[in-house]
Amino acid sequence: MAMLEVKNLNVYYGLIHAIRDVSFEVEQGEVVALIGANGAGKTTTLHTVTGLLPAKSGQVIFEGNDITKKPGHEIVRLGMSHVPEGRRVFAELSVYENLKMGAYTRPKAEIAESLAGVYKRFPRLEERKNQFAGTLSGGEQQMLAMGRALMSRPKILLLDEPSMGLSPLFVSEIFKIIEEVSAAGTTVLLVEQNAKKALSIADRAYVLETGKVVKSGEAKLLLDDDSIKQAYLGE
Amino acid sequence: MTFLSYLISGISLGSVYAIIALGYTMVYGIAKMLNFAHGDVIMIGAYMSFCGTSYMGWSPLMSVVLAIVVCTVLGVTIERLAYKPLRMAPSLAVLITAIGVSYFLQNAALLIWTSNPKSFTSVVGGGAVKLFDGQLSISHVTLVTVLACVVIMVALTLFTTKTKMGTAMRAVSEDKGAAQLMGINVNTTISVTFAIGSGLAAIAGVLLCSAYPTLMPTTGSMPGIKAFTAAVFGGIGSIPGAMLGGILLGVIEIFSKAYISTQLSDAIVFAMLIVVLLVKPDGLLGKHRNEKV
Repeated sequence: MAMLEVKNLNVYYGLIHAIRDVSFEVEQGEVVALIGANGAGKTTTLHTVTGLLPAKSGQVIFEGNDITKKPGHEIVRLGMSHVPEGRRVFAELSVYENLKMGAYTRPKAEIAESLAGVYKRFPRLEERKNQFAGTLSGGEQQMLAMGRALMSRPKILLLDEPSMGLSPLFVSEIFKIIEEVSAAGTTVLLVEQNAKKALSIADRAYVLETGKVVKSGEAKLLLDDDSIKQAYLGE
Repeated sequence: MTFLSYLISGISLGSVYAIIALGYTMVYGIAKMLNFAHGDVIMIGAYMSFCGTSYMGWSPLMSVVLAIVVCTVLGVTIERLAYKPLRMAPSLAVLITAIGVSYFLQNAALLIWTSNPKSFTSVVGGGAVKLFDGQLSISHVTLVTVLACVVIMVALTLFTTKTKMGTAMRAVSEDKGAAQLMGINVNTTISVTFAIGSGLAAIAGVLLCSAYPTLMPTTGSMPGIKAFTAAVFGGIGSIPGAMLGGILLGVIEIFSKAYISTQLSDAIVFAMLIVVLLVKPDGLLGKHRNEKV
């Protein structure tokens, strides 16, 4: 049984049918990428999985439990953490407070340990722990958003466009961190417009086009696929 | 010496405005709505305290506790019944609903307590502290009001900066979606905000009527509007802003009454608001936020 299973998901924005019968699976320990152009429905899919948007029909099943109708704030308790597009750190809270909010659902006694782990992975966050998150650079904010999500000790981490708007150096660093997080045992569902980077670290991938899954398979094979090369890899 | 005594009355009146303004500003910060029924919660609080002391013969302290409890429950109930179903509605719909709730509370009070003004017995007692050989006299009500305001300000600042719930409230105020992804229950946070705001409104009502002891169903509306002005003056959404705005407003009002004209004092207060908003549209301590579309 897959860890996360999305079955025939349909999502509407008013009358606009944004997600059409999308189905995909993420197995425990995998890195799965959802790639596609702007507006293909990648973010909408993630938002529906974590309860920020309601599904019109279809199911989201996490570890065997149907979570389609579960309120968003309860989903994180099950072990699913979502790093939203545009990072959305709390700009007027300090770095430390942001991280503490990440551990909102966890008992106080366990927070110090997670905090130490996050500071170890992102030493720059510890240097800036008393700064307002709004004063960090884009790359640092991305690190904070990831660190904040890791504070809840997720079984699966959902990352939405982690490389967006970052300098090439930071992009490489962020992808390196994703690989480390995966190596440490966290399952990863990655949404990216940077298809090349995403496919290079993913095990499997799904290609979304105008709200539908049009292709899926092993990431390595998709990297060599001619139509993918043409449409997403610019070759 | 009269200047000093005016200044003290201004600060005292301003403290009441500030306590009310905190309710407006906190609710605005979290729920992004203007709760125009807030002023009427003040009136309900004052009536509750009045009922406690005059009808049931309770001690002033017990009556104040009754007022706080009733208003807290009332505030949370109003939010659940009237505002929560409109969470996704356009802000104009919420605003109109709030005005409706305000009229509902006033008319309910009219039915229960009639339009005859009640003479409110001060919960503090009538004494005064005399300074400078009796040239300056500060009533106990004034002292208690200012003290309550300081205590509330310190407590709220500690609550929002040091506690988990308080930090969560600031997170919700900034980004509800992201807060939800952290596992914060946004609805609970909004309820807590309404509870705190309404509890404070009860305290403000009791203090207001202890200083100006005529209690009617419309007692809350003018202070409510002025406190709203104070919240905007200081920068809506900002807790220190509500405090500063409230006190400034009180001082300006009393000075206008004393030195310019009693009739024009309200006009002067609102003219000041317009000037501040022209010069600094976000209020004195307000932060400019780019609303994300």
